[in-house]
Amino acid sequence: MSVLASLRGIRKTFANGTLAVDGLDLDIAEGEFLTFLGPSGCGKSTALRMLAGLMPPTSGAIDWADKARPQIGFVFQEPTLMPWASVFDNVWLPLRLRHISRSDAAKAIGEALDLVGLGAFAKVYPRELSGGMKMRVSIARALVTRPPLLLLDEPFAALDEITRFKLNDDLLTLKSELGTTVCFVTHSVFESVYLSTRIAVFSPRPGRIVASIDIPEPMPRNEEFRLSAVYADHCRAVSAALHAAMNAPQQQEVSR
Amino acid sequence: MSEPANGRSALPDFVLPVAIFIAALAGWEAVVRIYDIPPYLLPSPSLIGETIVKDWPLLSGSLWVTLKITFSALFLAIAGGLFLAILFSQWKWVERSFFPFAVILQVTPVIAIAPLLLVYLDAQTAVLVCAFIVAFFPILSNTVLGLASADHNLVELYELYGASRWQQLRLLRLPGALPYFLGGLKIGGGLALIGAIVAEIAAGSAGQGTGLAFRIAEAGYRLNIPRMFAALVLISVTGIAIFLFFSILSHFLLGRWHDSQRSREA
Repeated sequence: MSVLASLRGIRKTFANGTLAVDGLDLDIAEGEFLTFLGPSGCGKSTALRMLAGLMPPTSGAIDWADKARPQIGFVFQEPTLMPWASVFDNVWLPLRLRHISRSDAAKAIGEALDLVGLGAFAKVYPRELSGGMKMRVSIARALVTRPPLLLLDEPFAALDEITRFKLNDDLLTLKSELGTTVCFVTHSVFESVYLSTRIAVFSPRPGRIVASIDIPEPMPRNEEFRLSAVYADHCRAVSAALHAAMNAPQQQEVSR
Repeated sequence: MSEPANGRSALPDFVLPVAIFIAALAGWEAVVRIYDIPPYLLPSPSLIGETIVKDWPLLSGSLWVTLKITFSALFLAIAGGLFLAILFSQWKWVERSFFPFAVILQVTPVIAIAPLLLVYLDAQTAVLVCAFIVAFFPILSNTVLGLASADHNLVELYELYGASRWQQLRLLRLPGALPYFLGGLKIGGGLALIGAIVAEIAAGSAGQGTGLAFRIAEAGYRLNIPRMFAALVLISVTGIAIFLFFSILSHFLLGRWHDSQRSREA
C-alpha cells in the first residue's frame, strides 16, 4: 500500500516549555485505519492536530504523498456544532466556506446525513439531539467534502457504551463504503482493537510511538468479533504493549 | 373540569402577579381615602390616572420628546457599540488602545458630566449625548465578550477549512455573540431612558426642556404632586415597554437554539 503521509522526527514544544511530542516517526498508509493509543496527555492528540495542520511541529517534517496536505475531515472530542444553525446548515459549513451555495451543496449534505443515518433530521437544531446524534452530525460534517483523510480525536469518549458500540460499527461501515484513510485517537484498548487495522502505541509524555501493532482481522467486524477469542488475544497483546510503554524509563523533560 | 394532580387550579402564569399588583393599588387607594391624605402629600392611584388623562396634551408631548431622545441615543449606542466591538475583536491593539476610553466614560457618573456637556452643547444635544454614554458601554462590553467567546474548536474548524476572517466573523463570531449583544441591549435600553431623564434633570430650566423629566421638575416647583406621579408613571411604563420589547426580540431571535430560551419540562 502506498504511503499517504510520513512523519519524521516530529517534536513539539509548547509555549510554556512542555515537551509534548518528541521523536515521532510514522508512516500512514493509504486506506488504513490507524489508531493512536496512549495514556491521557501523552501527545497523541497533539500529533493528530499537527497532522491536520492546526499547529506546526517545532521541528521535524510531515511529507504528503501529493506534496500538499490533502483535504481533511476532523472530528473533535465534542460535537462542536454551531447551536444557532440547523443540522443541515452545520453540515453545509465546510462547503459554505468554499463558497458553495446552499442549493448546490444540498445533494452532498443529504448524502453525508444519510451516511450517518440522520437523513430525516436536516431541519432539527443541535440542542434537540442526543449526544450520540450530535456526534453523528459532526461526522457527517467531516465527511461532506469526501476527504481522503479523516481524523478523529477521541470522538466517542463522552458517550455511553451502548451508543459508542453503535457508532464504532457505523464508523467501520462508513470507512469501508468510502475507503477513506482514518486516524483515530483513543485511550481505550478495546475500542482501538475493534476499529483498527493498525495501532500505534504512544509512550507517556513526551509522546513517541513505542509499538506498532497490526490487527489483521477481516474488516466487516461485528458483535461476533467483539466476543471472539481472537479479539481478546489482540486486546491482551495491545494492553501488554501499553503497560510496557507506561513502565518504560521516561525521557527527562527538557529544562525550561 | 379536571384539575392537575398537585391540586392547584391551572391558572395562567400572569394571573397571580396581575392580581397582586391590582391589590397593591387598591391598598394604596384605600389608605389615601381612609386617612384622608391630601393629594399634595400622596395622590391616590385614581387621581394619578385622572391627571394622566387630564394633562395628556401636555404630558404626551413630553413623552414624545423623551422617547425620541431615548431611542435616538439607543440607536447610536447600538451602532457605535456594535461597530467598536467588531473593530476590537478584529484587532487586539485597537481594543487595548481604546477600551480605556470606554471605561472612563462608563465609570464617570453621567450626572457629573452633564453640566459640562451643557456648557459645550445645546441642551437637547447634551441630553442625547448623556443618554448615549450610559447606554453605549453595556452594549459594547457585552458584544466584545460575545465575540471573544466563540467555541475554540469551532474556530479551529474554520481555520482547517481555510475560512477567511470575514467568514469567521459573519458565520461564527457574530451569531455566537448574539445572546450577549441582546443581553447588552436589555441593559442599554433601560439605561438610555435613565440617561435621558438624568441629563434632562441636570439641564433643568437651562434647556427649553420639554421632556418628562422637565415636567417632573416643573410640577415639583408648583407642588403639583399628582402630575409628578403621572409623569413618573409614564416613565416607568416606557422603561417596562423597552424591556419587554427586547425580551420579546430575544425570544424571537434565540428561541430555537439558545439555552436561555428553553423552558424545562417539569
